[in-house]
Amino acid sequence: MEIRKIKADTVTKTVKQLFMDCNYFIDDSITKALKEFKEKEKSPVGRDVLSQLLENNEIAAAEQIPICQDTGMAVLFVEYGDKVVIEDGSFKEAVEQGVREAYDEGYLRKSVVSDPVFDRINTKDNTPAVIHTEIVKGDKIKFLVGGKGFGSENMSAIKMLTPSYGAEGVKDFILETVRKAGPNPCPPIVVGVGIGGTFEKAAQLAKKATFRPIDTENPDPRYAAMERELLENINKMGFGPAGLGGNTTALGVNIETYPTHIAGMPVAVNICCHAARHKEAEI
Amino acid sequence: MAKKITLPITEEDIENLKAGDSVLLSGSIITGRDAAHKRLFELLEEGKELPVNINGEIIYYVGPAPAKPPYAVGPAGPTSSYRMDKYTPALLDRGMKGMIGKGARNKEVVDAVVRNHCVYFAAIGGAAALIAKSIKSEELLCYEDLGTEAIRRYEIEDFPCIVVIDSKGNNLYESEPPKYRVSD
Repeated sequence: MEIRKIKADTVTKTVKQLFMDCNYFIDDSITKALKEFKEKEKSPVGRDVLSQLLENNEIAAAEQIPICQDTGMAVLFVEYGDKVVIEDGSFKEAVEQGVREAYDEGYLRKSVVSDPVFDRINTKDNTPAVIHTEIVKGDKIKFLVGGKGFGSENMSAIKMLTPSYGAEGVKDFILETVRKAGPNPCPPIVVGVGIGGTFEKAAQLAKKATFRPIDTENPDPRYAAMERELLENINKMGFGPAGLGGNTTALGVNIETYPTHIAGMPVAVNICCHAARHKEAEI
Repeated sequence: MAKKITLPITEEDIENLKAGDSVLLSGSIITGRDAAHKRLFELLEEGKELPVNINGEIIYYVGPAPAKPPYAVGPAGPTSSYRMDKYTPALLDRGMKGMIGKGARNKEVVDAVVRNHCVYFAAIGGAAALIAKSIKSEELLCYEDLGTEAIRRYEIEDFPCIVVIDSKGNNLYESEPPKYRVSD
């Protein structure tokens, strides 16, 4: 395979468009789920909340304004082909510039502060982004991006389970995390779960799981069954839409896994609100 | 049927509001979230004057997105209230009458709501584009350096929310989920 040159500007334009689009246009799988769950919702207040969310998402798409004012911290999963060379700039700077332009020109909220503990000064352009890059074979760059709001991010948790906990231990920890979150993360939620790898790998997988459409399932039937069982059990908790009671607490549970160490079984649970924003593109 | 309330809220309004009531608020409210609360709280602790008069006010926990012309305000849904729990009792004790946010509050806040005859409303988290339609104008009051977190005044019309904690301490987040809980 030949070396392929991609202009930094092409990277910037792609990233910019992805972040604007993901904040204006909700994924079809979420719209479908909101409609389906509305039919099954037992609480009248809950049905009303789900109707309002559907209406909200229609307004956002029609007027191209953000679904939620928390347009998130910019997260990117990049599969970078090993034959790609960036021309007229650097990859990292081109990505940051795309985020900057999207949040500035797209009327998205700038929510990033410079230092987490002491200064907490808004960087005013929503950079830096969180960029996870994997070098893969090929001459393309694939982007999977999302704006992650923190109302739900703050309700996430990770636990270093050990092998003897088994599948039951995994499920208990996921349910416990959702129960603790209660009405706070803007239910109905999407639950992203990462199992395996190391401490940080599990957390990355959990985030990536929230970026998967909720009408898909894990290719391993055992995990697919776990996704369905967890969704059912979460919806028995009673929190309901907006936490005001009902049987629609989650719209979907997505599990991603990775091989792990003989001594470990890390489980990360990344909670995402109903405004589960993600988009992908390949250049 | 939603109850229509014109602000400033009266003691009688608060007395009549019950957890679970759907409400449409019209009039003027102030905004503030994490960083602004920290500053107000620190001023109170130091015994200093606040830069805004909170007496009789309802505060909305919001950090709006920028307004896209020709709109007056950008999408503006509620942010999680629990992060303000540390600061809220002091503000209620100083005359603030209510909050609009989303999510649970701790016992200290519920006690302060009852003690001061106040009310906590929830707006629907994530319905920011829809909610913005009921915000007619905004004015910067203070802390401009905080950007989206600055304290603003909003003029609202039929702003939709639900009474979650009423002046008697009834709490919808406690009372409703058990009704829909299914045990195996």
